[in-house]
Amino acid sequence: MIWQFFTDHAPLLFGALAAFCVTVYVLADGLDLGVGILFLAAPRNADRDLMMASIEPVWDGNETWLVMGGTLLFAVFPAGYYVLLPAFYLPIMFMLFALIFRGVAFGFRLQATRFRFVWDAAFAGGSILATLCQGMILGGLVTGVPVDNGMFTGGTFSSFTLLGLLCGVGLLGGYGLIGAGWLIWKTDGPTQVFAREIAHAALILVAIMMLLVSAWSAWSVPEVAARWFSWPNLILLAPVPLVTLAVIASIWRGLWRGADARTFLLSLGLFMLGLLGLVVSLWPYVVPRSVTVWDGISDPQSLAFIMAGVVLILPVVLVYQAHAYWVFRGKTGLADGYGGGAISTKA
Amino acid sequence: MDAVQLARLQFAFTIGFHILWPTFTIGTAWFITWLSALWWRTGNQVYRDLIRFWMRIFALGFGMGVITGIVLSYEIGTNWAGFSRSVSNVLGPLFLYETLTAFFLEAGFIGIMLFGEGRVSRGAHFFACLMVAIGALISSTWIIAANSWMQTPAGAVADAQGIYHVVDWSAVIFTSSFPYRLAHMVCASFLTCSFVVAGVSAFHMWRRQHLVASRTAFSMAMWMALILAPAQIFIGDLHGRNTLAQQPTKLAAMEGLWETTRGPGMTVIGWPDMKAERNLYAIEFPHLASLYLTHSWDGEVQGLKAVPPGDRPYVPVVFFAFRIMAGIGVILLVTAITGLVLRLRRRLFYAHWFHIVAMAVTPLGFIAVLAGWTVTEAGRQPWIIYGLLRTADAVAPVTAGAVTTTLLIFFLVYNFLLLAFFWFAGRVALKGPADNALPTRERPGIDRTNAGVPTHKASSLAIGDGAGHLGA
Repeated sequence: MIWQFFTDHAPLLFGALAAFCVTVYVLADGLDLGVGILFLAAPRNADRDLMMASIEPVWDGNETWLVMGGTLLFAVFPAGYYVLLPAFYLPIMFMLFALIFRGVAFGFRLQATRFRFVWDAAFAGGSILATLCQGMILGGLVTGVPVDNGMFTGGTFSSFTLLGLLCGVGLLGGYGLIGAGWLIWKTDGPTQVFAREIAHAALILVAIMMLLVSAWSAWSVPEVAARWFSWPNLILLAPVPLVTLAVIASIWRGLWRGADARTFLLSLGLFMLGLLGLVVSLWPYVVPRSVTVWDGISDPQSLAFIMAGVVLILPVVLVYQAHAYWVFRGKTGLADGYGGGAISTKA
Repeated sequence: MDAVQLARLQFAFTIGFHILWPTFTIGTAWFITWLSALWWRTGNQVYRDLIRFWMRIFALGFGMGVITGIVLSYEIGTNWAGFSRSVSNVLGPLFLYETLTAFFLEAGFIGIMLFGEGRVSRGAHFFACLMVAIGALISSTWIIAANSWMQTPAGAVADAQGIYHVVDWSAVIFTSSFPYRLAHMVCASFLTCSFVVAGVSAFHMWRRQHLVASRTAFSMAMWMALILAPAQIFIGDLHGRNTLAQQPTKLAAMEGLWETTRGPGMTVIGWPDMKAERNLYAIEFPHLASLYLTHSWDGEVQGLKAVPPGDRPYVPVVFFAFRIMAGIGVILLVTAITGLVLRLRRRLFYAHWFHIVAMAVTPLGFIAVLAGWTVTEAGRQPWIIYGLLRTADAVAPVTAGAVTTTLLIFFLVYNFLLLAFFWFAGRVALKGPADNALPTRERPGIDRTNAGVPTHKASSLAIGDGAGHLGA
């Protein structure tokens, strides 16, 4: 009975789980990628030190959701894994190279003295390149990938599309906004002022790009246009863009006002709306326009094994990730990162 | 080179580079956890100095492990689509469980382990270290389970399309080679770390600096080595006998044994000639291989000729990698026993020649691990799933050009990173445990700590503490 329900609804359950993991990844790593995107724009070295210290304790946990996404795809929707990964070979590889440079910059930057700018550039460049690559992948997903006989059949560069580029620039603005919101929350003084200023630029960029990406995907991909503009979808889906507009206006109005966490939380909301739009455009495909969540799902016995782990372990994971944020709550000080760390003499 | 060879080369390079860091961090995490427990219970400053010192090196190695590991989780899809398609039902859940039970655990507590001091109590710090150390072990458990399934598959059946379906999860996870592989790898990383700790401590004793901390660490490391070096040889022997039973062709390649023989001899060195199907310039001890493989004078061991040439691995690679691994095992055992002799004669902290030996053997553990993995992976060829799926059928529809380009970039990037790691970690290691100055966060010309940029109250505490210690 329960087994029957589980096998019947597994595609929906795991589709939701995948969407959840992607959302957590984008929001969590979005904030530290965003800090990296803004890194070189910060006026002083002191700002950069503080910016990095604010994300050092949590970036590793955030990035783990990227691994979670990959392994979940492999385990639950394998078609998505073995078709999409070769399809996005170059964007994925360059994203990985970018994340490598970005990741080691955390440790090496503080050790470096004369050549610290090299690791500053590695951190910022890595964050920007990784974001652009993610945009490429996103754009490619909306456009769709050529598949024949269950395998990817396109060329090496078929994922390089105009839509991908637009998405990449949009993500730069979006992550930049989340990063700025995070800094407004976690810092004060000159660094916070810088974050408030640059948040305006990021907000303008993300608003323009959201509009462009939506218009271009509706115009260039007929399936997307059909999804949004058919009746009664037009009415049912209208709240998505309207609420998005309201959130953008609210962020703009609140940048110099209200609680320090406000911009961050609202920009997370903005991102979730963008992801919702994406889900609407792509549902129910794992591999766009060729493999659906119903066709592409793993064996029931594999799914049951996974479900047990997810139900038992994922809540615990979320609790101790939240705990890690809680331990480092409050405004960031300079001694909080890799450079700090006096051991408490309390027993 | 064709796409298969390129994909293999890329995977071998990226996974070979990656394995160095888990090897280092599994052992170091437990070393730091042990130190943290001692510091918590005794309050002895020496332990705190050692924690701080080793944690800095650990943090750099951990970062390298994380980023090179993310690469692998995607590379299986980008480069080995045929493989992923076949085994997603089997290996997908194992990798997912690794993420759920290990990566998140490590990531959730690494921040507290590295930066939590001053914010959390000593007991809570110990707990965070313990969670990271356990996470590292859990991670290796899942990965070794997945690898062991590829070596000695069980518990799953293939359908007409070549897609595997699991019939028994415990059979998939606990395959016949799994316990030996896991024990061998975990022991290898502990042993490697013991010699890294011993080597770095020996350097400081040799330089006559940071003596208290270095002697403490050196003594701990040499005790560990004394237990682990013989244990590793014992486990290796069990693992070898399991390979003889489960993967006879691999074992024949390790031994350079061509004919199926009763009471085979041990070929110490030689050149396996795959065309002539015999060993050139071989030096052989009669019956010795029979003794350690079958534990009998006249046991039968299958030779390479039992399978057609197309089903044999590239013998010289397996043959020499095995000799490098086993040779290093013997060197480390001799070093550990020498340490015991010196200790009993109360010369352990004073025999400078031995400190130089300890420094010299520091990198050997890593080389042995690489050689060991080469034996196990190259020895499995031409199969990606032993006896079932050929490597050639596992690749992705990606062009050779794309793989070549990314391989070149990996080669450049990883070598650059390795140099950077040696530079930074080496600098920390050479400065030694008593150097508790904060790293270069404070730089000349920045008086920002009291000029505009607010600091958390912990920061002034930390800086004061570090400076005080440096002055003392």
